[in-house]
Amino acid sequence: MSSLLTVRGLAVAVGGRTVVRGLDLELGAGERLAILGRNGAGKTTLLHTLAGLREPAAGRIDLCGADLAQTPPRLVAQLRGVLLQQQVDAFPASVLETALIGRHPWLKRWAWESAADARIARAALAAVDLAGFAARDVQTLSGGERQRLAIATLLTQQPRLALLDEPLSHLDLNHQIAALQLLSRTAEETGTALVMVMHDPGLAARYCDRALLVHGDGRVESGSAAAMLTAERLSALYQHPLRMVETDGQRCFLPL
Amino acid sequence: MPSRRRALLLLAALAALALASLVAALLAGSYAVAPGEVWAALTGTGQDTAGAVVSGLRLPRALAAFACGGLLALAGALMQVLLRNPLADPYVLGISGGAAVGALLAMLAGLALALINLFAFAGAFAAMLLVFGLARGDGSWTQTRLLLTGVIVAAGCSAVVALILSVAPEHQLRSMLFWLMGDLSHAGTPWPALLVLALGLAAALPLSRDLNLLARGDLIARTLGVRVRGLRGAVYVLASLLTAVAVTTAGSVGFVGLVVPHLVRLAVGNDQRVLLPAAALAGGSLLVIADTLARTLVAPQQLPVGVLTALLGVPVFLYLLSRQTKGSAT
Repeated sequence: MSSLLTVRGLAVAVGGRTVVRGLDLELGAGERLAILGRNGAGKTTLLHTLAGLREPAAGRIDLCGADLAQTPPRLVAQLRGVLLQQQVDAFPASVLETALIGRHPWLKRWAWESAADARIARAALAAVDLAGFAARDVQTLSGGERQRLAIATLLTQQPRLALLDEPLSHLDLNHQIAALQLLSRTAEETGTALVMVMHDPGLAARYCDRALLVHGDGRVESGSAAAMLTAERLSALYQHPLRMVETDGQRCFLPL
Repeated sequence: MPSRRRALLLLAALAALALASLVAALLAGSYAVAPGEVWAALTGTGQDTAGAVVSGLRLPRALAAFACGGLLALAGALMQVLLRNPLADPYVLGISGGAAVGALLAMLAGLALALINLFAFAGAFAAMLLVFGLARGDGSWTQTRLLLTGVIVAAGCSAVVALILSVAPEHQLRSMLFWLMGDLSHAGTPWPALLVLALGLAAALPLSRDLNLLARGDLIARTLGVRVRGLRGAVYVLASLLTAVAVTTAGSVGFVGLVVPHLVRLAVGNDQRVLLPAAALAGGSLLVIADTLARTLVAPQQLPVGVLTALLGVPVFLYLLSRQTKGSAT
């Protein structure tokens, strides 16, 4: 199995503070990695670094076997997609148009979106339960609807590696599960690798194979979800005592 | 999703409107000219006064108006994307302020028209370099920083303009005010402005899909493979140069650069591939119509065209805006 994302000796600094030091990581097709940590621990900064949106302080990142820093941006955008933490729309645009921007890296300079591109976008909208919303103005969407649209845009991009910053934010309970099931199904069927910043260790245990704990002082721990997501480690990570409860083979974590 | 076919139809309709506005500009005026005489003058077979009026006076002025309107609307559309602010206009970053300082200084010194234009362009260029240099600063290039720098430079320029107006001798005040409000009666040859408009469109169109993403935010554009830093620099320089050429030709005609892109956006959506050429055509047409009215309404007296563009555009804009609100409410 060839590695989609290879990280060697990565250090990430923000505002002169090193938040991640000596990170080694290898992610193959279809693998799902959860990133957990306290607010301000550097999860988003790490995700942006992995996406090539900011420079690492040290170390090297390979995307699909090639140095990320040397890969042209358009090619990078064909390989990896990013779900940003916030979606801000300064101008009106339709929902379908917004999903279609995911096709941008695949279109030649003078090309217009084809019927096939529109089919991909419509399928993605249907997958996030926005099938009837194609003509709606994005500025009229609710927070949760806008978040699902952002997920649809990412699916329309069809990247081999998807980096998602809090994919569940603004989503109600049923859409949280639906989104995680959709992403997991995409990983299984298309071999897309997932890296997700998450806040619920229970959902991370259920929907991810691996976990990366970011402590914020430079220390990181990574391993299988089963090994990483324990009451002891998570209590240390969040600096708040947690208890693990197992029901029907699923882990839940209760803050005490 | 705007299809290419629909976009071409729309642009063809706007091109027809532009042509109609130019024809109307050639026909209208205090000296009556028949349509046949216009045709004769354009094809070069006409002689006498009618031919001289049409090809010597009205045609250059109409073309200059078209070029200026197109330049301002295109520059406005680019600035709105660059600053991610639908209320931005070509003047918001101080370009017209710099040009006004240059032009008014030249007028104060009693220089010839060509030199006034040269000073105006130099002033615009100086303002552009100043804002560019200051806004880059630490290399962060954020929209807020750019906007704030531009607004401050513009405020400084208008203070200097007020100073010049207050010390200028009485007989120069009228021409200074006309320059500030925008006026095409001293436009001169239209060809340089038309050429710049064509080149500007040719430079902007290949970037238009990248601009669609830039309008949605720097970060999202970068995640989808746009080289944002280079693109923003290029758009800033392009929009500034277009504005500088426009104000050099006709003074600071207001309103066109703010409202035409907005108006076109309400009509065709925010796809820059359609919006940029459509804004250029619509802006050109609007200024031709406004200038024709400006020189015929109270002839032989001439009105400053900038006043007319505002008087024409405001009601249209308000109508479209109210229609839009009703549409999205249902």
